[in-house]
Amino acid sequence: MDRIPILKLGRALLVTIQVDMHDRLATALEDDLTNQIVKHGAHGVLIDISALEIVDSFIGRTLDTIAAVSRVLDAETVVVGMRPAVAITLVELGLSLAGVKTALNVERGMALLRQRDDQPEQEDGASAG
Amino acid sequence: MARANTLLSQTVSDNEAVILDEWMQRLRQAGADQGGRINAAELQTQGRDFLSILKRTLGESSDVTGAAFEPLRELLADISRSRAIQGYSPRETALFVFSLKQALFAAVARRKDFSAEQLAQATWEASTMLDELGLHTMDVYQRSREEVIVRQQREIAELSTPVVKLWDGILALPLIGTLDSERTQVVMENLLQSIVDSGADFAIIDITGVPTVDTLTAQHLLKTIAAARLMGADCIISGIRPQIAQTMVHLGVELNVISKATLADAFALALKRLNKTVVTAKTPQAADSKAAG
Repeated sequence: MDRIPILKLGRALLVTIQVDMHDRLATALEDDLTNQIVKHGAHGVLIDISALEIVDSFIGRTLDTIAAVSRVLDAETVVVGMRPAVAITLVELGLSLAGVKTALNVERGMALLRQRDDQPEQEDGASAG
Repeated sequence: MARANTLLSQTVSDNEAVILDEWMQRLRQAGADQGGRINAAELQTQGRDFLSILKRTLGESSDVTGAAFEPLRELLADISRSRAIQGYSPRETALFVFSLKQALFAAVARRKDFSAEQLAQATWEASTMLDELGLHTMDVYQRSREEVIVRQQREIAELSTPVVKLWDGILALPLIGTLDSERTQVVMENLLQSIVDSGADFAIIDITGVPTVDTLTAQHLLKTIAAARLMGADCIISGIRPQIAQTMVHLGVELNVISKATLADAFALALKRLNKTVVTAKTPQAADSKAAG
């Protein structure tokens, strides 16, 4: 069965989806990713969907679920490289992926994750003070 | 039915030149060639084509809505369409067919070999036929005008949704006019494509030019914002006018996004988020030398 490779980059995991997602693949990705987050103690998950041309409500929901699961495991999810057409489709489907961070490309997504990695102390300080 | 048809057919084929002359005269009297939109020769050609097809068609059938009249209807449609595009009024367009009526009636009336009954029948036949053709002309005219309007709407929609780059990473989208779902689609596509092309972090949607914001408009705005967010760009809404702000609150419309009163405020916020500041140059010279360097 096909698997989507999950790469470890520092404290983040990079997932690049380069094939058409079907439902089984999406579910498998969710499982794999959850295990990998725990295994590596990752702080961030970067999902690059720049090659993804078609999304349906199931894939959209899976992305949302992955984000929720990651959050439980203390990892931030960033979805990067979404195409305009895909963005419009998701919005029309009523899936605005509220729990997911987004960025234009992998570079910015990494920057966003690093920023989050640096910030927790500051944020805690700010809320305390 | 068939007899009247032959009567009319005979009349037209015997008096084609006379009818044409009289028709053209009527058209000129009514001012069809005025305004320089069509010259006399062109009008004459259209009239001659029309009559020659009419002559042929009348010989075959008298059913105006039937297949035999198809070429005639097509010719009329062409004429009507070009009139609509040239900006003729409906009256002027209809005149082309209706002024033939008088010429045709006169030609029928001049037939000495027709009995009174035949005369009445031929006149009636001519009248119904031309009325039907006149209606067809108006139909096509109306459709052509509607096509023109639809095309203009599309052009306006494209013209009125520019995406402006304010700074590196900051886009502005000044919206002008009512935001319906079709326009929202265009706006959204333009904005998202611009975000990809310019790699923008912020998009400022300025709705100063949007006359009313109801629940539907708000929903369209929210969709646009959600789509931009999915692409990794943050949206700021600016330019909500006082009355509109009141209306929105009364309607219970909630835009759970950053909104600023003016485009300038929104721009300042975007700059701040990008860790950029605008400072006043200490002295005019310093500003000049900086600009030069």
